[in-house]
Amino acid sequence: MPTHLENETTLVAEARAGSAEAFTALVNQYDRHIYRLAFNITGNREDAEDVLQEAFLKAYSNLGQFQGDSRFYTWLVRIAVNEALMKLRKRRGDRSVSLDDPVETDDNQLLPREIEDWGPSPEDRYSQAELREILFVAIDGLEPHFRTVFVLRDVEQFSTEETAELLALSVPAVKSRLLRARLRLRQRLNKYFKRG
Amino acid sequence: MKCKGVIRQLCDYLDGELDPALAEELEKHLEHCEDCHLVVDTTRKTIEIYCNTEPLPLPADVRGRLERALADRLRES
Repeated sequence: MPTHLENETTLVAEARAGSAEAFTALVNQYDRHIYRLAFNITGNREDAEDVLQEAFLKAYSNLGQFQGDSRFYTWLVRIAVNEALMKLRKRRGDRSVSLDDPVETDDNQLLPREIEDWGPSPEDRYSQAELREILFVAIDGLEPHFRTVFVLRDVEQFSTEETAELLALSVPAVKSRLLRARLRLRQRLNKYFKRG
Repeated sequence: MKCKGVIRQLCDYLDGELDPALAEELEKHLEHCEDCHLVVDTTRKTIEIYCNTEPLPLPADVRGRLERALADRLRES
């Protein structure tokens, strides 16, 4: 999660009063995070760029509605997540994308397969570019309702409660999806990171 | 605690949110179950690897288009 700007409240107030410089300062602080979030959810650079633009344009247009009862960044992320999910739905056409997709409840499906030791720093075996690609492909293979929870909780590091609030889900639903997402990613990464 | 119990409690355990008595029970299981020990360890590493990734700088063309779109909107308002 990006560092909270010390003068954020002032910048938001100035931006609401029409200061382009203040809004630009907010954009510069958070644009990389919003782009990564959008890329991880949509799985597509073009969509991520659209989401980035839409999120900041909507934030600017709706600054008057920002109540200040959460961080500006959290409010911005909510806008970006909604935009990203809309993109995903459009791109996937008939295959509906819903955060309310049923989650299987059979615990036997959770029991991990391919259990191998990875050693202490398995990521060091790859260059930064290779590692980024491996991590992206693994996330992209998750269903949207698992991927979105994982991205908010473990990549952007919102708390379970914040993630639940951002996605309008219950805390138990977030926990259930997070468990499945983490186990599936562990499984997907196993072939790259296992020893030997 | 059995293997299924470890998996059910995995997230709370890794996030440090598991009741201490249950955490102790889980750790006792890990001492004699190599499979669960490896699953806990590799799931922890999965989370660490993802949360340690830094966002890349925005590609110059993406930043340029964002700046132009914002400038247009700011001019309109």
